[in-house]
Amino acid sequence: MGSGASTHHHFAFQNAEKAFKAAALIQRWYRRYMARLEMRRQCTWSIFQSMEYAGQQDQVKLHDFFSYLVDHFTPSSHNERDFLNRMFTEERVPRDSEVEKCSDYESIEVPDNYTGPRLSFPLLPDHATALVEAFRLKQQLHARYVLNLLHETRKHLVQLPNINRVSTCYSEEITVCGDLHGQLDDLIFIFYKNGLPSPERAYVFNGDFVDRGKDSVEILMVLFAFMLVYPKEFHLNRGNHEDHMVNLRYGFTKEVMQKYKTHGKKILQRLQDVFCWLPLATLVDEKVLILHGGVSDTTDLELLSKLDRHKIVSTLRCKTRKENEKQAEEKGKAKQTSSAGSLSPWFLLQSRSLPSSPLHLSSHKTHKGGRSSSVPCSIPLNPRGLSRQARRSVDLELERCRQQAGFPVIKEKEEPWVFNPEADSADGELLEPSQEEWRQVVDILWSDPMAQEGCKANTVRGGGCYFGPNVTKQLLQKYNLQFLIRSHECKPEGYEFCHSRKVLTIFSASNYYAVGSNRGAYVKLGPALTPHIVQYQANKATHMLTMRQRISRVEESALRALRGKLFAHSSDLLEEFKKHDNGNTGLITLSDWAAAVESVLHLGLPWRMLRPQLVNSSTDNMLEYKSWLEDLAKERLSHENIQSSLLETLYRNRSNLETIFRIIDSDHSGFISLDEFRQTWKLFSSHMKMDITDDGICDLARSIDFNKDGHIDINEFLEAVRLVEQSCSEGNASDCPQATNTKGSGSWPATEDSLVSVTQVAS
Amino acid sequence: MADEKEKESAELAVADLQRKVREAFEVFDHELNNTVDVREIGTIIRSLGCCPNEGELHDLIAEVEEEEPTGYIRFEKFLPVMTNILVEKRYRPIPEEILLQAFEVLDPTKRGFLSKEELIKYMTEEGEPFSQEEMEEMLSAAIGPESNFIHYRDYITMMVIDEN
Repeated sequence: MGSGASTHHHFAFQNAEKAFKAAALIQRWYRRYMARLEMRRQCTWSIFQSMEYAGQQDQVKLHDFFSYLVDHFTPSSHNERDFLNRMFTEERVPRDSEVEKCSDYESIEVPDNYTGPRLSFPLLPDHATALVEAFRLKQQLHARYVLNLLHETRKHLVQLPNINRVSTCYSEEITVCGDLHGQLDDLIFIFYKNGLPSPERAYVFNGDFVDRGKDSVEILMVLFAFMLVYPKEFHLNRGNHEDHMVNLRYGFTKEVMQKYKTHGKKILQRLQDVFCWLPLATLVDEKVLILHGGVSDTTDLELLSKLDRHKIVSTLRCKTRKENEKQAEEKGKAKQTSSAGSLSPWFLLQSRSLPSSPLHLSSHKTHKGGRSSSVPCSIPLNPRGLSRQARRSVDLELERCRQQAGFPVIKEKEEPWVFNPEADSADGELLEPSQEEWRQVVDILWSDPMAQEGCKANTVRGGGCYFGPNVTKQLLQKYNLQFLIRSHECKPEGYEFCHSRKVLTIFSASNYYAVGSNRGAYVKLGPALTPHIVQYQANKATHMLTMRQRISRVEESALRALRGKLFAHSSDLLEEFKKHDNGNTGLITLSDWAAAVESVLHLGLPWRMLRPQLVNSSTDNMLEYKSWLEDLAKERLSHENIQSSLLETLYRNRSNLETIFRIIDSDHSGFISLDEFRQTWKLFSSHMKMDITDDGICDLARSIDFNKDGHIDINEFLEAVRLVEQSCSEGNASDCPQATNTKGSGSWPATEDSLVSVTQVAS
Repeated sequence: MADEKEKESAELAVADLQRKVREAFEVFDHELNNTVDVREIGTIIRSLGCCPNEGELHDLIAEVEEEEPTGYIRFEKFLPVMTNILVEKRYRPIPEEILLQAFEVLDPTKRGFLSKEELIKYMTEEGEPFSQEEMEEMLSAAIGPESNFIHYRDYITMMVIDEN
């Protein structure tokens, strides 16, 4: 025992040591907590990305289906023939000369009680600003003004070159924005934070203005208005979503028809034309190239400058000169020859040598690594070059499908079915793009950068390619450029540099997957064209949440969507689980569960990490899989009169079916007949090898016809298969960009205020 | 006989652990080439259920790094080390009661709370100090904007529930 003083020191030292240790413990615990939060955030992001890619591959399946029909299906009856013709006949596209003369908006009367914004031409800056304000106040622009604006927009766009050359001498700064996808809040925020367009403040909007979000129309109106007001300073590039075929699937078509019941169809037609006239790229000071998707190792800016961009109506449908000639040959004699025979609508993107059917669908994780088979880029495979033998075996398969579908067996060889070519073929206007030209455009609108060197087919998107750092370097060198700005891909921070900062991805739709999922960003190019990024997140609610709460909410959205997907594959999952259950005990290990789920869903997700949130009823590491599947179903069923397994199938193919219906409903009335529904379903299900009886189909059709009027409202159908997600009705519907509206009301739940009240805080 | 069975189930258990490790690793393998940025290793290890402190983490990283550090960790090196850690159940997480005791050490007069200033002082000056970012983040979750105190019992409860 020492003196009092040293004892005091001794205790003090001990206390200090204790405090030190206590602090260290708390820090250790906290860091672990944060790490797990980070992991959850990453997993959530993976879920959204993998589901988005899965959705795109859905589209690939659809195209597969159509190309299969086109190539091999021989209708056996007049009915069938008619039906198919309806599905495939192109809408008559008005001739350029017609469109120019056409000022049909003049005949549209604006009622006296209309309180929305009015436009007069030539537009003045004040008009454009007033338009933004009107939209912010949730007003809608009358169809007459919409059409008028589109008319003027077209006139302006026609004068622009394919590659817009812009110089920073005139305006002090240039701001480049990426995908907006119908999210008006983000656009308004950008103008608020960065300033409205002006002669001193140039803007470039890099495509994908529409689809998914709810205000695509308004965004277009604002962008077009500013472009007319400041033609030298305001620039637009075409994105892959500026395409009427893509719009059918991703919501823009629906939005237009809902907002403009009388004139929607006309508006859509004009838009189809306007989209084709959008420039393909913008070049700043001959140094910075801005385009929507990316480049390939064959990208040729000279060719791109010279081609007639207007003829590339849709990057999903390649109607090219060479193909038409071949088609005419192979289909035998065509009735009308002037337009060189049949068309091939909705073909799979043919930019790289992808076989037309069936396509090997890769999970999004494998696409970039060396795991997927790399296809040499320079060899275009013509699907028509299918060997005779292959075709015969396909014919046999076809026959089987038809029998399954209940179509009568064809006794005699019928005349090969030829599509009706366009009516006004004789007017010499129809010079389609060459295959090469079409491919060049697809490449710049659809490609994505990858980390590995090289260039290979983009099998996830079904078109364009993945381009490596060497491709970028090569291109920049060839054209003496500094760097590339592109969009097309959602990034958590709203932007991302890659290829040694030679490629910048800029994405301006914040909260794209769900509220809180990602920031949006725009980039300003300063004096030496150095990029300066500004990020934002256009939602008040998220700022008030802690990181933990934000991550939880986004995670909940992702998990909800994922559970939906699991449900949609219930039957396949059950089968797969059974394989792991040798003793027929009804139980499988959690490890087997993870393996089984991946082998059915192919999402490349970390199932073991996600397991605690997806499976909450397991004992001893074993899972009663049947009751787990039942629990999934319970959450989802909204209509007991539709049999669960049918519902599952419908839900799984919902997106494709919706697209098919919209195609059939060519006058956009919103209805198809029961008969059309049945025929569609028959064809589709036989191709997809779904196990559904004829009676089953009839029952399904009848049960979906809720008001029993012999017609199916497309929205009725969507409602039936939407599988009400409970929390969606609390106002989170806007969290799921792909969730469909109920009853076609067209109005999403109110924005920020309602979202504040819905917080998923665990308690 | 029984020995064989035991051995088999032990092997299965290890195989399962390895799959877990692979999954966690792949979440951060952005270039899909079986490597992750060394800065993510801490996150991966911790999300696999382990709770090393910073010093221990540094040692682990040294174990799995290349001889000439590249800034990336390869899966082949990471897997055996991590599997071992899991099999041996090292770096166990901290039970709630111990955590509570730690807070109570810092609150010797047992008021039930710490002031904002006290928390900042301890977390940034003692133990393995927080960076400013870490401190701000902890404060934003622990203390409301108007308040100046952290009631640690409630705080712990909230965080623990959130985990589960």
